[in-house]
Amino acid sequence: MNLTNLRKITPLALAFALGPLCETALAQPSEGVFRFDRLNALITIILFSFFILLYTHWAKQGKPLFLRKIPGLDAVEEAVGRATEMGRPVLFIPGIDELDQIETIAGISILGRVAKITAQYDTPLVVPVRYPLVLAAGQEVVKQAYIEMGKQDAYDEDTVLYVAGEQFAFTANVNGYMMRERPATNIYMGAFFAESLLLAETGNAAGSIQIAGTARPEQLPFFIAACDYTLMGEELFAASAYLSHEPLMLGGLKGQDLIKVLIIVCILIGSILATFGYGETFIEWFNAV
Amino acid sequence: MKTGVPVAVSFVAGLIMVVSFFFNEETTKVGGLSQELLNWLIIVGGFTLLLGVVSITRVNWSGVRQKKEGWIYKVFTLISIFAMALPSLIPESWSPLFGRSAGSIYDWLFVYLQAPMMATMFATLAFYIASAAYRAFRARSAEATLLLITATLVMLWRVPMGEAFLNLFPGNIPELINTYVMNGANLAVQRGIIIGAALGASSMSLRIILGIERTYMGKG
Repeated sequence: MNLTNLRKITPLALAFALGPLCETALAQPSEGVFRFDRLNALITIILFSFFILLYTHWAKQGKPLFLRKIPGLDAVEEAVGRATEMGRPVLFIPGIDELDQIETIAGISILGRVAKITAQYDTPLVVPVRYPLVLAAGQEVVKQAYIEMGKQDAYDEDTVLYVAGEQFAFTANVNGYMMRERPATNIYMGAFFAESLLLAETGNAAGSIQIAGTARPEQLPFFIAACDYTLMGEELFAASAYLSHEPLMLGGLKGQDLIKVLIIVCILIGSILATFGYGETFIEWFNAV
Repeated sequence: MKTGVPVAVSFVAGLIMVVSFFFNEETTKVGGLSQELLNWLIIVGGFTLLLGVVSITRVNWSGVRQKKEGWIYKVFTLISIFAMALPSLIPESWSPLFGRSAGSIYDWLFVYLQAPMMATMFATLAFYIASAAYRAFRARSAEATLLLITATLVMLWRVPMGEAFLNLFPGNIPELINTYVMNGANLAVQRGIIIGAALGASSMSLRIILGIERTYMGKG
């Protein structure tokens, strides 16, 4: 496949070429084998995968990729360094949701990076979790990080610990820990709900430097008000790639950005068409799923 | 082997979830595979509960044995775990105190101890919101002042007395807040974050399915 030629096919042209096909297919009933009412999602997935793989390929070839700075992630090492200087632990919470949630997986991925830094500086790390599956995954990730840093003897199996299965019992336990031990750094990365402000405000009262990241828009204001740095939405999912500096993973981020541009173009076209009363078919493509 | 097998499992599981989404679950077996996979997850999750019990017991028991600061609370934690769990595991046919029905030990502990304690924790949120709002709404810059004014107007509009007060002024202020603040700027920003997060989640899922991202295993 010649990638230079592929680059010439503009995404918009592709979307418009597939548009009429999509429109016809959406009119089909969904009783058959294939869900034609989800054809627009299939087209989006194919486009999305194509761009991500394309950018990953370019990244592998060594093409320079520009990534904007994410201050919250740049501050992680500095925050762990502060904990080392103060001789206090780093508290990491990978959200309070189950492992089947992508936010929790993102949190676990970031935990691996943080564990490498704490292993390097011999800083105590505490990771309370709410689900046993997250406990198993977290223990494996932290252990691997310590092994990779050549500090397997310093690894403590109780670094990642199960504290409670109930949301507010978990919060009470972690808040109590914060007030007693006063960790120098608190990192919250994952899915959070009503306990987000309870945790972040307690951490603030304990004088900890706090970095949070979640994809839940309703919890973001609480983290922004109580934490020093907050990763918003997509930044949480970009964190593992950003911290790894691996071209393969960074390529995925660039592909994602291109899809975002496509969506912005679609929103603009939809707004213009809807303003002049021609937007119904266009909007229907996106409404079907 | 240690990396290859999890990557292969992720690929197959991810592929099943994506493919089954596009097939009719009533007319094909492929369409129902995603639900089957989710059922497996619940079963695996159930078995891992034992890991959690072992972890919490080991951590607290070690604290009690070493007489660490606050060890007495760890004793209460251990008693609570087994006081809740053991009677609920014994068959109800032995005694109405066992099992999880109304009137059992488990039910009594849940209704009269656990539920009020959780409600108390949730209720403290009101005080935390007040302290966070105080810090967030300090008018230190032009942007912070704008936030303060907007938040004050929205909070007033959200309570009946405040809405009545705003209606004393000409220009239908509640309607303007609803149209321009809540359904305008606020909704647009929320949707922007949701679209970005959805794309980020999809991108990360794809990286995991294809084995590009292995950081969730502690690799890379």
